[in-house]
Amino acid sequence: MASLNINGKEYQLDVPDQMPLLWVIRDVLGLKGTKFGCGKAQCGACTVHLDGVAIRSCTTPVSGAIGEITTIEAIGNDPIGQRLQKAWLDLGVPQCGFCQSGQIMNAVSLLRQNPAPGRDEIIHAMSGNLCRCGTYNRIIAAIQRA
Amino acid sequence: MTVDTKDPVLLANVSRRRFMLGVAGGSALVLAARWDWAHANTEEEQKYGAAGMPGGWTDDPNVFIQIDADGTVTLVNHRSEMGQGIRTSVAMVMADELGANWDQVKVQQAVGDHSRYGNQNTDGSRSMRHWYGPLRRAAAAARQMLEQSAANQWLVPVEEVRAGVHEVVHEPSGRTLGFGELAEAARGLEVPDHTSLKLKSDGDLRFLGKETGIINGELKSAFPKAIDGEDIVSGKAVFGADVDVGDRLYAVIARPPVYGATLKNFDDAAALKVPGVKKVMSIEGTGQPAAFKPLGGVAVVATNTWAAIKGREALSIDWDNGPAEDNSAYTSGSYREALEKRSQSPGKVIREEGDLAKAMESAAQKVSATYYMPHMAQAPMEPPNATVRIEKDRAEVWAPVQNPEATRNTVAERLGFDPANVIVNVTLLGGGFGRKSKPDFAIEAASIAQTFEGQPVTLQWTREDDLQHSYFHTVSVDHLEAGLDENGKTIGWLHRSLSPSISSLFAPDPEHKVDFELGMGLNTTPFNIPALQLENPPASAHVRIGWFRAVYNLPHAWAIQSFAHELSVAAGRDHRDYLLELLGEDRKIPNPSVGDTWNYGEDPDIYTINTGRMRGVIERATDEARWGKELPKGRGMGLAFHHSFVSYTAVVFDVEVDDAGELIIHRADIAFDCGPQANPERIRSQMEGACVMGIGIALQNEISFQDGVAQQSNFDRYLLPRMTEAPREVRVHLVDNPDVPMGGVGEPGLPPVAPALVNAIYAATGKRIRSLPVGDQLKA
Repeated sequence: MASLNINGKEYQLDVPDQMPLLWVIRDVLGLKGTKFGCGKAQCGACTVHLDGVAIRSCTTPVSGAIGEITTIEAIGNDPIGQRLQKAWLDLGVPQCGFCQSGQIMNAVSLLRQNPAPGRDEIIHAMSGNLCRCGTYNRIIAAIQRA
Repeated sequence: MTVDTKDPVLLANVSRRRFMLGVAGGSALVLAARWDWAHANTEEEQKYGAAGMPGGWTDDPNVFIQIDADGTVTLVNHRSEMGQGIRTSVAMVMADELGANWDQVKVQQAVGDHSRYGNQNTDGSRSMRHWYGPLRRAAAAARQMLEQSAANQWLVPVEEVRAGVHEVVHEPSGRTLGFGELAEAARGLEVPDHTSLKLKSDGDLRFLGKETGIINGELKSAFPKAIDGEDIVSGKAVFGADVDVGDRLYAVIARPPVYGATLKNFDDAAALKVPGVKKVMSIEGTGQPAAFKPLGGVAVVATNTWAAIKGREALSIDWDNGPAEDNSAYTSGSYREALEKRSQSPGKVIREEGDLAKAMESAAQKVSATYYMPHMAQAPMEPPNATVRIEKDRAEVWAPVQNPEATRNTVAERLGFDPANVIVNVTLLGGGFGRKSKPDFAIEAASIAQTFEGQPVTLQWTREDDLQHSYFHTVSVDHLEAGLDENGKTIGWLHRSLSPSISSLFAPDPEHKVDFELGMGLNTTPFNIPALQLENPPASAHVRIGWFRAVYNLPHAWAIQSFAHELSVAAGRDHRDYLLELLGEDRKIPNPSVGDTWNYGEDPDIYTINTGRMRGVIERATDEARWGKELPKGRGMGLAFHHSFVSYTAVVFDVEVDDAGELIIHRADIAFDCGPQANPERIRSQMEGACVMGIGIALQNEISFQDGVAQQSNFDRYLLPRMTEAPREVRVHLVDNPDVPMGGVGEPGLPPVAPALVNAIYAATGKRIRSLPVGDQLKA
């Protein structure tokens, strides 16, 4: 049995301790905004927040997800999340969009720790998030604009 | 026309040609009467362009446009969205011509059905090129029906009314009626004949050809907003496995590691003990050639994806490599050596001009080089997946597929169903790049779902599955030799190009490139050289070879554009000047004159190869990059161009390599000429994205095989460009060229990127890279 707090809601779930948080979020709770890209913490598509800090949900066992979890579905309630979403739209960042949940979640985490990151700081913080469409320069510009 | 809408004559017209199929069903207006476009096509026209595609085209407004009484305009997009922005661009084309207010536009995704929508295969950079005209005509027809409807209500000549934005205006009296108010009556009108359609002039367009968004810090226009933008940034966008189909099962499949191998036996005892695992079952495979059919293997079906993955890990499987024949000995290093050896001897001649032997004999200087590009996997961020529900003799599919019609037909074939009973819902694609042109994963899902009547099953490919069982980009060796005269001018050019063919996927391996592969920048080599010989020695396929964005243009551009640079170096000349000299005087090269029977399916009289446009992009990119400017030590500029998908691209990189061999990409300047531009902002984003993807091809991408098994299985060893690899600045320069037919956009940005980058590395370091990826070669 796992107790989870996701987007402000409490859940009691009968899932194995070792089940990655990603699959609990997607397949058990049906929140499909968090994506599966690699399963090995290599691409960042599955990024969510644990107590406001970006984590890879694909390699985080549900038993380790103790705290407040936030997913892309609720990031618009956060002022930084809102600003980033707007900057993403203003600059036309997404192409296919599949990685962008994870990119935005990671960017919110970055701006929380560093409200005005320079280009190199953004690259350092964001290089774990792959985008096969190659939207990187627009992501950097959007983070600087937010 | 001054008849009243109640005029019985008009109603009689309605009953005669009525064709009441709603795009969304049950709403107020579905424009009536089917467009009779079949007669507009001569037999000659049907060979090329959209007409030459399976399913052809339609400009019937009934198929694409619906207007509700509340004014909502629903536009149908029948092409697959995979990041190119086609859902927005298709809607822009129709909304602009119709006069729709963007905020009242909704986009509905079509199911797979060629008989209704025309061709839907989203591949080959064809969506706008083939559909810009038909969609504008469909919207113009609908607009004229709204105008006629208003004229009828006001009892005025239709010449006195015109559609504004979401309303029709009677200019003399200033009266207006909204599109929603006119919809009901307009549906009774006949669709205007082609000859009476009046498309808007460029000056009356609000969206098409206009820059939108923020470019270089300047807001061009806030509209039209991307159709799926808000859903994407809030996690609501629905990609394949995100579909809400209620209670369902999840599956993964263990596939034979070697192409052509089969399942001998398996032990599922441990797998069935994994909590959540419901069933383990074998999946029927396919012999070679596999086409779009599954590889076979063992499926694990569970209540969630993780349980299915854990169940698969617990399987014990014996594979039979016998049917794989020599595929089980396929090893990249020795295969490459064999191709390189073969490239030293003459091969099948595909184009011959002048006397090469004589030219080489008289040459003052000879240059030769051999280039290698490895297999690559498309690796879209969303791995393949499909959801299928089967009830009796009917199947419903939800999947991120580039080719919904092929999905429908191959799923129907596998299940033994009538294709009419297979519905293919196309979700958003989390990237495609050619991988999702093959619907094998949907057939796999259907095979599993057949066992669970009435219950949806989602088949998920893991990243390991994707990288090990892709339809891989081909592998290639290109050997070139040239002779230069005493002035450094190239007088002889030999190119031997070897790579296994995609056609090996569908028929016994021809071991030679076929027309569409040769036509991707090989037999269309545009240089004006007195003696030129192109050869294609054999190369056999040992894995599934498939389309990868830009396909055979990648190795051809890589080799030709690298070698052209090497020649300029040998001649002691500036690369740009030398390249322009190789192109010679501006001229049009008729495709048949160089043996190109393909030309991307386009009419060679209309889309003739144009070296003037090549010169145009080369000059634009180099001028914008300030080619020739002084650069510090360790820094250099590289150039390459390529013509593909009937568009023209040139790229200049400005790079630096430090003493430790670290590469810094300061800037990329990309000049692109696709003729008329529907949605320039998305053209820019395609060029920016192609630049990053091409950097990955140059520096990182490689799938290698050992004994038939792919050696990379996740992003720890199959390296993709990250933000660290992105150029510090990318500048896209769109060539204003509205007076030629429209070219492709999604793919043509990619081929020149890798050679331009490698040429820049040479300029910075003097080190020539001939084997991709660059990897750590700069550190050696």
